Amino acid sequence: MPIVWLFLIVIAISAVGYVLGRSRALHSAGGDSRNLHSLPTFYGANVALKALIPAFGLLIAWLLLQPLYVNSQVSGMIPDTAIKEGSSRSLVMAEVRRTADGLNNAVSQGLLTEIEAANPNADNAEVTRILKEAGQVVTSDITQPVLLAAQKHRVMNTTGYSIMSVVIILAALAGTGISWWQTHAEYRARNVVEQGVRALLLAAASIAVLTTIGIVLSLVFNTWEFFKLYPASDFFFGTTWAPSFSGRGGASDLGIIPLLWGTFYISLVALLVAVPIGLFAAIYLSEYASPRVRSIAKPLLEVLAGIPTIVYGLFALLTVGPLLLDVFGDGGLGWMKAGTAVMTAGLVMGIMLIPFVSSLSDDIINAVPQAMRDGSYGLGATQSETIRQVVLPAALPGIVGAILLAASRAIGETMIVVLGAGAAARLSLNPFEAMTTVTAKIVSQLTGDADFASPEALVAFALGMTLFILTLGLNIFALYIVRKYREQYE
Amino acid sequence: MTDASMQSPETGRHTVSLTASDARTKKRAAAEKRFRAYGITAIATGLFFLIVLFASILSQGIPAFQRTVVSVDFTLTQQQQEQAEGTLFKTKAYSDLFISELNSELAERGISVDFDAAAIERLLGKVGGTIRTFYAENPDKLGEPIEFDLAASSRVDGYFKGRVSRDTLQDSRFLQLSDLDLVDALKEAGIIKQVFNWPFITGADSGVDNPGGAGIGASVVGSFFMMLVVLCLSLPIGVAASIYLEEFAPQNRFTDLIEVNISNLAAVPSIVFGILGLAVFIQFMHLPQSAPLVGGLVLTLMTLPTIIISTRASLKAVPPSIRDAALGVGASKMQAVFHHVLPLAAPGILTGTIIGLAQALGETAPLLLIGMVGFVARGYPDGFLAGFTEPNSAMPAQIYTWAARADVGFYEKAWGGIIILLMFLLTMNIIAIILRRRFERRW
Repeated sequence: MPIVWLFLIVIAISAVGYVLGRSRALHSAGGDSRNLHSLPTFYGANVALKALIPAFGLLIAWLLLQPLYVNSQVSGMIPDTAIKEGSSRSLVMAEVRRTADGLNNAVSQGLLTEIEAANPNADNAEVTRILKEAGQVVTSDITQPVLLAAQKHRVMNTTGYSIMSVVIILAALAGTGISWWQTHAEYRARNVVEQGVRALLLAAASIAVLTTIGIVLSLVFNTWEFFKLYPASDFFFGTTWAPSFSGRGGASDLGIIPLLWGTFYISLVALLVAVPIGLFAAIYLSEYASPRVRSIAKPLLEVLAGIPTIVYGLFALLTVGPLLLDVFGDGGLGWMKAGTAVMTAGLVMGIMLIPFVSSLSDDIINAVPQAMRDGSYGLGATQSETIRQVVLPAALPGIVGAILLAASRAIGETMIVVLGAGAAARLSLNPFEAMTTVTAKIVSQLTGDADFASPEALVAFALGMTLFILTLGLNIFALYIVRKYREQYE
Repeated sequence: MTDASMQSPETGRHTVSLTASDARTKKRAAAEKRFRAYGITAIATGLFFLIVLFASILSQGIPAFQRTVVSVDFTLTQQQQEQAEGTLFKTKAYSDLFISELNSELAERGISVDFDAAAIERLLGKVGGTIRTFYAENPDKLGEPIEFDLAASSRVDGYFKGRVSRDTLQDSRFLQLSDLDLVDALKEAGIIKQVFNWPFITGADSGVDNPGGAGIGASVVGSFFMMLVVLCLSLPIGVAASIYLEEFAPQNRFTDLIEVNISNLAAVPSIVFGILGLAVFIQFMHLPQSAPLVGGLVLTLMTLPTIIISTRASLKAVPPSIRDAALGVGASKMQAVFHHVLPLAAPGILTGTIIGLAQALGETAPLLLIGMVGFVARGYPDGFLAGFTEPNSAMPAQIYTWAARADVGFYEKAWGGIIILLMFLLTMNIIAIILRRRFERRW
């Protein structure tokens, strides 16, 4: 039974429960709702919630746990001898899952009967042919242990899901029944329902924590796997980045230094563009501009922040790169060899960051008390002298915080560097050369066809971990500086 | 204002004028002007970049909305069809018929140009096959005049749009210099012309060798399903989380933990969410790769902090007197929030949600990692539910795919795709602004 149907059935049960609970409460109060402890709807909602919550909780838990259980059971069926040289248990298991999916497809398309699909003595070549006909991608030949495991996998999953459907419908019915039976005029339905809703609200709020845990766990586990295959010291201190392609053998050099250098260099160029423009724009907008100018210029600048990064990436690749190549390339100064370079990506990223720096700085400059400006004017200072010598020093910690936040955005930016910065990892000082960044390499290592167990793919998780820690550190530091400053004037 | 002019009445009536400022004052005034000029320059630079960006999007993207077609009035009689079906090379027979029709149309307009069947094939692809299939499917159209709009090849299209010119063209099996004479003649005759490119808007992606046939429609559908997932998950979860944090959360460690987590998640690079999606949804849960469902889940986690932050702001904006009044007439805390505070905060919440959705719509990096790029979305999903689980592309991922392809013809498509993407974003933002203007209350 598809999960959608199960979902709808549970909702239908709880809807029926709502009506039943409400009518039972009214009935026990003699049809007069004034004799009830709570409003009649609360009695209905009580029954509905008690049908829904356990059933859906069970559904989610079951969906998460069943694959784990089936995998561990089936994985034990595969003898070590069936795992080929250079392969691993997880790869064989992926093959098993693909075969099981293929068997399912073949049965649903009518190419195989249930009995044939479960036949342990089936001819491997014949099964392979049928699976291919059913549109499933399988390797050239299914081996006997894989076929057996796939059949077991399929049977366990099918029975698992049927048991699940029954259990969940029973849970929903039981929830409805018990709460319906509990319902009477004195039952404190409102308090119960409100407790339940409050728990749901808390669960929703906890998703943020779960997300963070998910990020950290997925990064840590895979990074750990990576360091088992590749020495950590070579990763952190290696100065060459040269992954071999898709498991063709040969050692890969996976040093992070050139990637970090590229990341910092591009971010530096971006900040050199964004900080002066953004800061001066913020100063002008908050100190000089008339309300009319401000109301036009500020939203226009903020449009730059609302444009998706893929647009900037394309802009870098197809407009800015060729433009820079015309000026600095072979036709001009001869410094640049291709359109994709540190300068291209940095410049475009700088444009993207302008509104980021300007609107944060604008808020901070506006937060400087007017009394400080008035004091300065009273001593005879001009407006620019006041800004330079009074307002900016007072706002400095906040501005530094804003710049740090912009830097963390620059480090984590992906699309602009993927399209605009090139793919070669280099340690060079020339800003007109192509370099690459941590984010660009995460994309290229995980979008290839390398398998997830190889160091070439797992390195992306170690890179992600580095990126996560770097940006998190910068953010926390920036917020610390901003908070510390704010307390001074409040 | 300056001390020089203040002193002047007593000391230097003869040397210092009240009306003319001295050197130091001038210097300070100049510095003031310079400083102001820096500010204006900075804003002008920012706006200049904005204009350049939009100019390059528009100038390079608008051609994607036009395509070059050859439209010929063509009549095929029953007899001709039977004859053609009787020959050995059936499609060639049809193309010969087409060529003779084309010749007669050119002669009618008094234009003479030499061309052969090979040139037609370079210009229009396999014409005969197209015509044959059409009549095989619509036998009732036999004998009636039909106007055929046949798409010109990508290089002829490029010639019309200035991408290919006579000077740069090299004779190849795709296009020869002599073919351009034919194109010019057809253009003079009004047979070859540019029309609005509907297939680009409604079509699906094509293979790497056919930029002319690539359309963005399928990926718009993919994006739609993703946004549906994001909306259905992030709005209820975001609102529930904000209500808890704003109205019910006790002051304790766990609340602090949630708050810190939300503000940190808002600043985590989007690619890290992609890694999360890959590891949790695809590797661990074995959800299908490239599916809008997975994309939607990842984008939900990414948009949640944005929605929570804006929802909390609009809940905070509802004055406490509303809550007090509700509690005063005997409502429970929960009733006060759900019956009174939430409806008043709804416009603000909706605005924040739309802006969060707009952000999610343009996000690309996480989609790359969950496999939306390797996949060529060649068609629409089979049904509503299949739309969530069948592999598909999404608008930004499709644009990236086109930008990464070698054929220059795809760049035009990428820019065109950006125009469509930006139009969606613009619409969403305008809706948000209208909502805010119309419904937001100032207390």
